[in-house]
Amino acid sequence: MALVLTEEQSMLRDSARGLISDKAPVSHLRSLRDSKDATGFSRDLWKAFAEMGFSGLLVPENFGGSGLGYVEAGVVMEEIGRSLMPSPFLSTAVLAVSALARGGSDAQKSAHLPKIADGSLLAALAVDEGAKHRPLQTKLQAVRSGNGFKLSGAKALVVDGHVADLLIVAGRTGGAAGERNGLTLFLVDPKAKGVAIERTVMVDAHNAARIEFANVEVDADHVLGEVDQGGALLEGVLNIGRGAVASEMVGLSEEVFGRTVTYLKERKQFGKLIGEFQALQHRAAQLYIDIEITRAAVLKALQTLDGDFEHASAAVAVAKARAGTTATLAVQEGVQMHGGMGMTDQFDIGFFMKRARVCQELFGDSNYHADQLARMKSY
Amino acid sequence: MSDLETFRHETRAWLEANCPPEMRRPMISENDTYWGGRNAKFSSEPQRIWFERMRDKGWTVPDWPKEYGGGGLDRAEHKVLREEMAAMSARSPLSSFGIWMLGPALLKYGNEAQKQEHLPKIAAGLIRWCQGYSEPNAGSDLASLQTRAESDGDDYVINGQKIWTSYANYADWIFCLVRTDPAAKKHDGISFILFDMASKGVSTKPILLISGYSPFCETFFDNVRVPKSHVVGTVNRGWDVAKYLLQHERAMISGMGERGVGRPLGQVAADSVGADEQGRLEDAMLRSQISTFEIDEAALGAAAERAVDLAKAGQSHPAFSSAMKYYGTELNKRRHEILMSAGGIDALEWESERSRGGARPRAWLRTKANSIEGGTSEVMLGIVAKRILDLPGA
Ligand SMILES: Cc1cc2nc3c(=O)[nH]c(=O)nc-3n(C[C@H](O)[C@H](O)[C@H](O)COP(=O)(O)OP(=O)(O)OC[C@H]3O[C@@H](n4cnc5c(N)ncnc54)[C@H](O)[C@@H]3O)c2cc1C
Ligand SMILES: Cc1cc2nc3c(=O)[nH]c(=O)nc-3n(C[C@H](O)[C@H](O)[C@H](O)COP(=O)(O)OP(=O)(O)OC[C@H]3O[C@@H](n4cnc5c(N)ncnc54)[C@H](O)[C@@H]3O)c2cc1C
Repeated sequence: MALVLTEEQSMLRDSARGLISDKAPVSHLRSLRDSKDATGFSRDLWKAFAEMGFSGLLVPENFGGSGLGYVEAGVVMEEIGRSLMPSPFLSTAVLAVSALARGGSDAQKSAHLPKIADGSLLAALAVDEGAKHRPLQTKLQAVRSGNGFKLSGAKALVVDGHVADLLIVAGRTGGAAGERNGLTLFLVDPKAKGVAIERTVMVDAHNAARIEFANVEVDADHVLGEVDQGGALLEGVLNIGRGAVASEMVGLSEEVFGRTVTYLKERKQFGKLIGEFQALQHRAAQLYIDIEITRAAVLKALQTLDGDFEHASAAVAVAKARAGTTATLAVQEGVQMHGGMGMTDQFDIGFFMKRARVCQELFGDSNYHADQLARMKSY
Repeated sequence: MSDLETFRHETRAWLEANCPPEMRRPMISENDTYWGGRNAKFSSEPQRIWFERMRDKGWTVPDWPKEYGGGGLDRAEHKVLREEMAAMSARSPLSSFGIWMLGPALLKYGNEAQKQEHLPKIAAGLIRWCQGYSEPNAGSDLASLQTRAESDGDDYVINGQKIWTSYANYADWIFCLVRTDPAAKKHDGISFILFDMASKGVSTKPILLISGYSPFCETFFDNVRVPKSHVVGTVNRGWDVAKYLLQHERAMISGMGERGVGRPLGQVAADSVGADEQGRLEDAMLRSQISTFEIDEAALGAAAERAVDLAKAGQSHPAFSSAMKYYGTELNKRRHEILMSAGGIDALEWESERSRGGARPRAWLRTKANSIEGGTSEVMLGIVAKRILDLPGA
């Protein structure tokens, strides 16, 4: 498979870019932030996303979606990254759809997937508990009770957890923290008794929540996949999320870089355009090369997820680690090369820096994935 | 099955049947490379067999036209062949500046007689070429070169000095940049010319490198007569040919190093550094350096694959080879720093049998040239800044 976008994928990119750059430039995020909007994204835009078929992009055709692949999801994420558009695309259209489509029973799929595709249902994945992403360390207890389970514990950084109509929660039905065995995924109604949701206002003005579960009752038929065997399903879903966030970071990096190069060609000091100074030229060139190489690694990971899902972990670790490092460099250089202007809130560049920091943490930062890769290669 | 799948199938079977087991191991010493040429000797029987079988299929130069001794493969087939060779760690049967550099330039700029004369001999490994670009005062600023070629009837008479000419003392012919119009602006008076290193007036003097090897020379030209018909492309437009050739050279250098073949670097390191009960490398800092390196290496591998696919789709930037050259060479230097660190004291021996004659430190030192030869890293970044990013005054 050629490591370039196909014609259809390029067309998808163009239509996503058209919509997003028109309706949700960075000023869109800025105004949601400044008005302290309670939803934190535009429901109208999400409706437009659904009409374009984006919300159901990964939903199989027999459940009302377009049944496209992870490369296509990455294409949309990249455009979201360029404009920093806050949207339930990641939480709902990527993570929840993947979890349901890969692990759900027919009844579960029929209940939720068509509603996600038509834009009427929002969902969120609740995994992280501590300060760092450590899925195997999941402690949230799920003990058998009656015809189901009782969930107790707390989750953090639940993307779009404040508006979700459905929560997909990773809990421990067996084994000890650190073990893959004994993990189970549950479909939980956020309105159920014992669920307490706190919207957390984040550095990047995107949406997340902390959620507490106090003896929350969940029916046995709301288990997603097999009891105790949810580790593999979860890891697969997380890999998809990692590929998607890596794509977002590629878009973000490229946008920051483009803005910075433009500035180098406009700003004069010492009677010259600052882009004439070799110290900046070489750093700009290095960053360009980093971004190009990262783009290839991310596309490789997405293609591997589409074509050889069970063997995609290494390529995904490479992509997420690289994208994190590259985005970090891109935003740092972006601010630095804008001088004092880069430090002002009035200027957009800081928004990119904040989002890049959150994307680093989402589903494992560069260090996490470097460690994972070393484990995969047995050293 | 698609045609390409059939091709992959057949190629795999052919390689399995024809590549001797000894030729499926990583190259360790300079002896493992076969360079061809008038005085070439094979270092082993498997090396000879492998070379001859590949040559007979045209697969020393798989993508050259058949009429010039190539394999006539299209890009997709060539990629399949490379993948299949990599999958079984098959060695390259023939290494040559003729294949990597001169051939592509001749295919684009050579006249028919020149192609007929030189390409088949390159493909068959009969003639070994060297590159006469750099001079003592023309390194990064190559276009300021001073070696001059003066017109005399049907010939040019060449006088001057080249330096850093790799393997000039073993080469049969040279492709050389000479000044044919001293009055013109520096880029406009250069021609690209070919001649036999056995010509009267050519002499070479080897230079010892920090690795203790002497793979390159000072090369002197004292009234060397070369027929004018040996100029490739237009007289005084040699800079175009030179730059085109450099793109190929850079692409080749960026792919050097043993990317992704053999055991993971972390396991190689564990041989000397040791591992804990969980199998993790004892030295946690080295472990993180290695995995970060492997991430970058895998990403570069993807970028190299993508570069080929972009070229195929007509979407690549001609200066992108400079980007790859920069990254690939800096990465290869990192690999060897890691290998030295992993080897510790054992990697410091320079002569013993145990250390295979100091193979590891010598290879480490050799890689330092990667970011100099074929244009330095700084020059590569300058090219990216100017030609791709269009920054002012670059
Ligand atoms: C938080 C903050 C507090 C500040 N407080 C004060 C204060 O109290 N009083 C005051 O007077 N000023 C203050 N400043 C201003 C500060 O001194 C300037 O921002 C700084 O000198 C850079 O100038 P500039 O912003 O115009 O950037 P520019 O000079 O436009 O620089 C833009 C980029 O070009 C690079 N560049 C410029 N020239 C060259 C060159 N020759 N070679 C290579 N690269 C070059 C810079 O390094 C930078 O990366 C403050 C700035 C900040 C951010
Ligand atoms: C192992 C090896 C094999 C070689 N083989 C051949 C060969 O076969 N044939 C051949 O013709 N040549 C060959 N070369 C020569 C090689 O191409 C030159 O060494 C190279 O082009 C650099 O030139 P220089 O050594 O004169 O360094 P210089 O150009 O003097 O550079 C010195 C330093 O200054 C930096 N510098 C120079 N200009 C700039 C600038 N504008 N901006 C920023 N920094 C700059 C350089 O990056 C470098 O770090 C070989 C070199 C090596 C090391």
